[in-house]
Amino acid sequence: MNSAPAETGPEAIQAKPKMAARGVNVFYGDNHAIKDIDLDLYADKVTSLIGPSGCGKSTFLRCLNRMNDTIPICHVTGEILLEDENIYTSGIDVVQLRARVGMVFQKPNPFPKSIYDNVAYGPRIHGLAAHRTDLDEIVTTSLEKAGLWQEVKDRLDSSGTALSGGQQQRLCIARAIAVNPEVILMDEPCSALDPIATAKIEALIDELSGRYAIIIVTHSMQQAARISRKTAFFHLGEMVEYGDTTEIFTSPKEDRTRDYITGRIG
Amino acid sequence: MTNFTIFIVIAVMAMISFALVRQKSVAIVGGATQQLHSLPRYHGYYAAVRVFAPCLFLFLLWIIGGETVIENLVVAGLPDSVKNVSGDQISLILNRIQLAVQHGEASTTDANILAAADKYSSLYNKGLWATFSLTLAVGLLGYYLSNSRTHADYRARNSFEKTISVALAASSFLAVVVTLGIVASLIFESLRFFQQVPIQDFLFGLHWSPQTALRADQVASVGAFGSIPLFAGTFLISTLAMLVAGPIGLFAAIYLTQYANRTVRAVAKPVLEILAGVPTVVYGFFAALTVAPMLRDAGGAIGVDVASESALAAGLVMGVMIIPFVSSLSDDAITAVPSSLKDGSFALGATKAETITQVLLPAALPGVVGAFLLAISRAIGETMIVVMAAGMRPNLTANPLEAVTTVTVQIVALLTGDQEFDSPKTLSAFALGLALFVITLLLNVAALRMVRKYREAYD
Ligand SMILES: Nc1ncnc2c1ncn2[C@@H]1O[C@H](COP(=O)(O)OP(=O)(O)OP(=O)(O)O)[C@@H](O)[C@H]1O
Ligand SMILES: [Mg+2]
Repeated sequence: MNSAPAETGPEAIQAKPKMAARGVNVFYGDNHAIKDIDLDLYADKVTSLIGPSGCGKSTFLRCLNRMNDTIPICHVTGEILLEDENIYTSGIDVVQLRARVGMVFQKPNPFPKSIYDNVAYGPRIHGLAAHRTDLDEIVTTSLEKAGLWQEVKDRLDSSGTALSGGQQQRLCIARAIAVNPEVILMDEPCSALDPIATAKIEALIDELSGRYAIIIVTHSMQQAARISRKTAFFHLGEMVEYGDTTEIFTSPKEDRTRDYITGRIG
Repeated sequence: MTNFTIFIVIAVMAMISFALVRQKSVAIVGGATQQLHSLPRYHGYYAAVRVFAPCLFLFLLWIIGGETVIENLVVAGLPDSVKNVSGDQISLILNRIQLAVQHGEASTTDANILAAADKYSSLYNKGLWATFSLTLAVGLLGYYLSNSRTHADYRARNSFEKTISVALAASSFLAVVVTLGIVASLIFESLRFFQQVPIQDFLFGLHWSPQTALRADQVASVGAFGSIPLFAGTFLISTLAMLVAGPIGLFAAIYLTQYANRTVRAVAKPVLEILAGVPTVVYGFFAALTVAPMLRDAGGAIGVDVASESALAAGLVMGVMIIPFVSSLSDDAITAVPSSLKDGSFALGATKAETITQVLLPAALPGVVGAFLLAISRAIGETMIVVMAAGMRPNLTANPLEAVTTVTVQIVALLTGDQEFDSPKTLSAFALGLALFVITLLLNVAALRMVRKYREAYD
């Protein structure tokens, strides 16, 4: 099994991973959902997680900001490092961790509040803005970065749930950006969207990739090929192969990877 | 021959028709039931309906109208000297006739009455037999029709479906009619009350003492019917109850939905709901015998004068009584908030408390408000606890340590004991009932709207 990160090639040597998984196992009760995964995630490279349904992509992603903590039967072993610090040690402030590692969900989930309050939610609870003007500033720039500002600038007071699905998803991205995270996790962010909205989100990911480490789960191999520099293929809870996206899609080392990308494992 | 026999005969006829017609439908196709349009049992059901429905209609007609018709006939046959009296006395005479029917000569010696009683009995017997023969005929006709119409393509299934929908519609119609009837009688009697007491006196008067003269020659006050003290009492006690039930119920709901682990929830939730099943009279004596004396002693210890029957005691206990209302409805409202919103908040680095106060509760707010409004209308309508713990004395006060009374308690007081039915005192109960009905109706409408609004928000 080629579970070690691709450390060959010139670009792998220069950068230190932003996040890294070391021997991670996840159990839901007796169900061994993730098996002994090692993976390095780089700040400057969008990473795609692909694999058939139920292989543990979401489960792994949710380990990275400890969202699995909200599931009582979920149990994680191994280490996950965020800049050399294990986020699963007992002293860690989970709330602070999640402010550093943001998340965008499969189904857009704006709060039933105004667009403004949706974006201001994070900054308010973390006390990022001392004055109303600072908050306005954060909301504006977050919406701008999420490519939503032009569409909503005249109706910041209307409800976030009244936006279209694609707009809602960008609102959720703006909401995540507003707390100024270092890493953004995205779990199939486009699966509920039409092709045009998907294209907008993809363009947005591309643009954000310079500022944030982005890890995205996707079922679309075209999407993974379009937007990510690194791709990890999961199968039945194992990470089968991890490497540069171009290599994974053109010359996979593992048979299972090849079978999957040619459509033989579904 | 009795009514019961008639009913049994109808039921048996229906069952026999079911069996026979079902068999016939099978026989028609020689056992190959797949050739029938409808399954054999539908042929049977529909035949049973054809027999049962018209017979039941006749039977009900007899039950509801028969007696009145016979009474009228009997009265018409009385000698003029007996029957030319006022309406009230006619009903007295009818009572005596009924007694004579039951007890024969032991009840009266009046020959006229005895003769009438005889006539009554014989008419009643004839009526019974007439009903019996008529239902028998109609039932047989129904069976004959079903039987002769049974053929392979007969759409018994569809016809039966139609009768089902008619029966269901009739049930809901009945419920609506009964409700409308109650409201109509409230309005009608209230109007009679307002003919005797001006409506503005009732709505804005500050004094309630409905003692009217028992006899016309008595020198007594006409009574005062200002309902404000009663509504003030209701309002005071309901407010106290909500001060208890609102926070405790809501916090319990939050704890049970967000913090309690599965075992605690599995135990605490049913126990909380048992509270709703305790009869209010039990709460009532708990309030009167335990809480009220405790409050009085506690008041005495710190030098505050607490009446032995106080609004506070009633309000506190009533609050406990409606905790399960608030908590279980709020629980539903909170659980209805999609967990994706919670996840979204957690993913932004919010703590549990922040998530609850800033995402969960605002999202559940319409439902929670609905829960509160329903709980308030429950508190307003509650009677037993107040009778036992808050007293019966109309008292316009905002001091919860004094005895007060409420609208419902006064209605009870007005209608218990011997009353002249059209005195203002009795009629005022209807006016109070109407006012109370309007208030709770408005609250319920508001509550239902709120609840519906939050349902729509996530669909
Ligand atoms: N909340 C949960 N409770 C119990 N088991 C779970 C839970 N979530 C996931 N699992 C199990 O963990 C395994 C991996 O699930 P996961 O959701 O991570 O798959 P996935 O790769 O994201 O699939 P998909 O592509 O369909 O989203 C599955 O066997 C699933 O049944
Ligand atoms: Mg998933």
